[in-house]
Amino acid sequence: MSAPLSIRGLVVRRGTQDVLAGVDLEVAPGEVCALMGVSGAGKTTVLRAVAALQPFTAGEIRIGAVALAPGRLLSEARLRPWRRAVGMVFQAHALFEHLTVLDNVTLAPVHALGWPRARAEDVAGTLLETLGVLPRAAAFPRELSGGEAQRVAIARALAPDPPLLLMDEPTSALDPARRGSLGEVLRSLAREGRALVISTHDVDFARAYADRVAVLSHGVLVESGAAETVLTRPQHAATQALLHGSPEGEAWPA
Amino acid sequence: MACVRHSLLTASELSFSARARAGGVRGGGGRRRRRTLWGLVPGGIVPWSVAALLAVGGCTPSPASRGGPEQPGAVLQWGGDAEGGAPFVEADPATPDSMRGFDVEIAGMLAEGLERRPRFSQVAYASISASVERGDYDVGLSGVEDLPELRERHSLSLPYFEFREVLAVRAADTARYRQLSDLAGRRVGTLGATMAYDMLLAAQRAHGVVPISYDDDVHPYTDLADGRLDAVLLDHVIAERALRRSGGFVIQPTALARGHYVAVFARADSALRDSADAILRARMADGALERTFRRWSVWDEQQRAHFDRVLADEPTRAVASVRAGDRGLTRYLPALLRGAALTLVLSCLAMLLAVTLGIAVAAGRVYGPPVVRVALTVYVEIMRGTPVLLQLFVLYYGLSNVVRLPAFLAAVIGLGLNYAAYESEIYRSALMAISPLQLEAARTLGLSEAQVLRLVRGPQALRLALAPMTNDFVALLKDSSLVSVITVVELTKQTAIYATNIGSWFVPGVVCAFLYLALSLPLSRAAIVLERRWSHP
Repeated sequence: MSAPLSIRGLVVRRGTQDVLAGVDLEVAPGEVCALMGVSGAGKTTVLRAVAALQPFTAGEIRIGAVALAPGRLLSEARLRPWRRAVGMVFQAHALFEHLTVLDNVTLAPVHALGWPRARAEDVAGTLLETLGVLPRAAAFPRELSGGEAQRVAIARALAPDPPLLLMDEPTSALDPARRGSLGEVLRSLAREGRALVISTHDVDFARAYADRVAVLSHGVLVESGAAETVLTRPQHAATQALLHGSPEGEAWPA
Repeated sequence: MACVRHSLLTASELSFSARARAGGVRGGGGRRRRRTLWGLVPGGIVPWSVAALLAVGGCTPSPASRGGPEQPGAVLQWGGDAEGGAPFVEADPATPDSMRGFDVEIAGMLAEGLERRPRFSQVAYASISASVERGDYDVGLSGVEDLPELRERHSLSLPYFEFREVLAVRAADTARYRQLSDLAGRRVGTLGATMAYDMLLAAQRAHGVVPISYDDDVHPYTDLADGRLDAVLLDHVIAERALRRSGGFVIQPTALARGHYVAVFARADSALRDSADAILRARMADGALERTFRRWSVWDEQQRAHFDRVLADEPTRAVASVRAGDRGLTRYLPALLRGAALTLVLSCLAMLLAVTLGIAVAAGRVYGPPVVRVALTVYVEIMRGTPVLLQLFVLYYGLSNVVRLPAFLAAVIGLGLNYAAYESEIYRSALMAISPLQLEAARTLGLSEAQVLRLVRGPQALRLALAPMTNDFVALLKDSSLVSVITVVELTKQTAIYATNIGSWFVPGVVCAFLYLALSLPLSRAAIVLERRWSHP
C-alpha cells in the first residue's frame, strides 16, 4: 500500500498551552519531507502523534484508509493496522539492549507479523546488508558505534515494510561524511515508494536530501513548500532565523 | 521435663530482623536478666562478699568456694523456663512478676536451706544446662530430666520427682495404639531434646515409628486432637495438664518408661550440689516436698515409693540411655546431611513459589487496574510488615480448622508467600527501571502490550533483578530454619538436636555453618557467572 500521509488541523494541548496549534501537512509516497524548526518548535510532538505514541486534542491524521482520531490512544490491538503503516526511528535509537542486532531486526516480523524465523532473517539480512551493517549482525547494541546503531534502528523500523518512515533528528549525532551516506539511504528509500518524514534543524542536510520542507514555529506550521524554494527564499522570520543559525525572533542581521 | 510453651512473644523476638537473622536457635535466655552485680566477677556467680574476700587475699576464685559458708543476705540465682507453665514454673496470674509452681517452691526450699534469697532467671528450656555451666546462675530447675549424658557433663541433684512417659492417643484409637510398636508408620509427637524424643528415635529404628519433634509441649496435643499426629509421648505431668486444658484425647494407663526430675549445677559445683541434696533429703523426710507436690496435684503413691527409695539410699539410676554410646560426628552426619537436603529442597520450592507469585504481583501492581494495585499493595505490606514466624504459626496452627496443611507444605507455602512480597518489590522496581523509550520502540513495531512485557521489558528487568534475587535466595536458605517451629526438622533444627545431645555447640556449629555455606556459595557463584554472561555477551 502506498498512500499519502495527511495531517489536518492537528492540535496537541498540554494544560492550557497549545504545543501544536493546528498543523496541516501532506506527504506523498516517494517524498522526503523535512520537518524543521528550532528546539521546542513541536517537531518531535508531530512525529510522536503520527507514530500513535502521543494522543492529540483535535484534528485528524490519515494514511490512506486508516486514520487516528483525537482523544485517548486506541488499544494496541486496534492500532495494529496503523503500526504496520508507520515505522519510527528514535533519536536515541532505543535498540533492545538484551538482543543482538539480528534479533532486534527480526523481533517485529516474527512476533508481531507471525513470519517464520527463516523468512524474517532473510529480510533482516538483506536490510542490514543494504545499510552496510551485516557484519555486525551478531553484535549487541552496546558494542555498536552511533552510526551503526542508527542503521540498525532503521533496519528494525523497515523490517515490517511500513510505507511511512518517521525519523527524529537523524543527523544530530553524525559527522558530515556519515550524514552524506544517511542522506543516500533516505533517497533510496524514497525511490522504493516510501514516504519519509524527518525532523531536523540541519539546513544543509534538508537542502541536499529533502524534497519538501515544512517549518514549525511555536506549534504552528509557518512555511511549507519545495525544499529549494523554502530554503532559498524564506518568507517567514522563523525560517530566516533557522537559515542563519540565529535564534528565532531576534533581529535579522543587516 | 518441661514444657516450653512457645509464646508469640518468643516468636517475635526470634524474627526480630527478618532479613538478617542467624537462625531459629534459642539459647542463653537467662543472661538477659542477669544482674550487673554478678557480671563483675569471673564466672558471674561468686557472691559479692566472697569476691571481695578473694580480691583481698589475692586468690583466684575456685569453684569449691561456692559451696562454702553462706553469707546472710546472699542470693541463690536459679534458672528456669516460665514459658513451661504450671505445675513446673509459671508466672503468677495475680502478680505476673513473680513465679509459682512446684519447681519454684523447691528453689525456695534450697535457698532457705542455704540461707540465701532465691532469685529467678528466665532461660529457654533447652538451654538450662548449658547456661548453668556458663555460670549464668547457680542452679537450673525446671523439670530437668535425669539423663546419663547430663550426669557426665554437670553435677545433678538427687531425683526429687519420678515421672512416667505415657502415650496419648485419640479416643477411637485407644484399643489400637497401646505401645510404640503398635505405631509403625504413624506420626508420634513429643518435645525435642528429651528422653521421650530419644525413645521415639529408638522406636523409629525398631518399629518404623515417625518421630515428630516440637519446640513446645502444647501443640503436640492440639495436633493430636486435629489428626495431624496419631500419638504423643510425654511425661504424665504434661499429658494430664494438656488433658485438663484442651482434651480431645485419652492417656494410655501403662507407663512406657520412668524418669526423674533433677536440679542441675555446674560440673565443678558439686559442693553446692551436695548441700542441695542434703536439703532435698530433709524436705522429703519432713513432708514439705510432699505438701508441695500435693498442692500442685502431682502427688501419688508412686512418689512415696520413690521418696522411700531415695531416703533408703537405694540407687536411683538415671534411666538407661537409649542413645548409642558413640556421639561423634560420623553418627550425626547422615542426619545433618538429610537436614541440609531438606533445607535445600524446601528453599528451592519456596523460592519457586516466591518468584512465580512475585512476578504476578509485580505485573499486577504495574499493569493492573487501581483496585488490583491497592489489593496487591496491601498484601505486600502485610507480608513484609509482620514476622514470617507469625505467618507460619497462623498458616499451620491458626488455619488448622479451615485447612489442615502438612508441615512441609505449610513451610513451603509460608516461606513462599512471605518471600513473594519481597520478590515482587524487586521485580516492580526492575520493571520501572526499564526506559519508557524501549517500550515505545517496541510498541511502534506493532508488538502487543503482553509481547512488550514478555519480549522486551521482562527480560531486561530480569537481568536487573538477578543480583537482589540471589541475595534473597541466600536469605531464604537461612530463614528456612524458622520452619522448625512447625515441626519440620531442617538443618538448623538437626544441628540443635545434635548440640543438645553432645552438650556442645562447637562442632555442630562449625559443621552446620559449613553446610549452609556449601549450599549458598555455589548459588552466589552461579549468579555471578550469569550476570557476567549477560553483561559481556
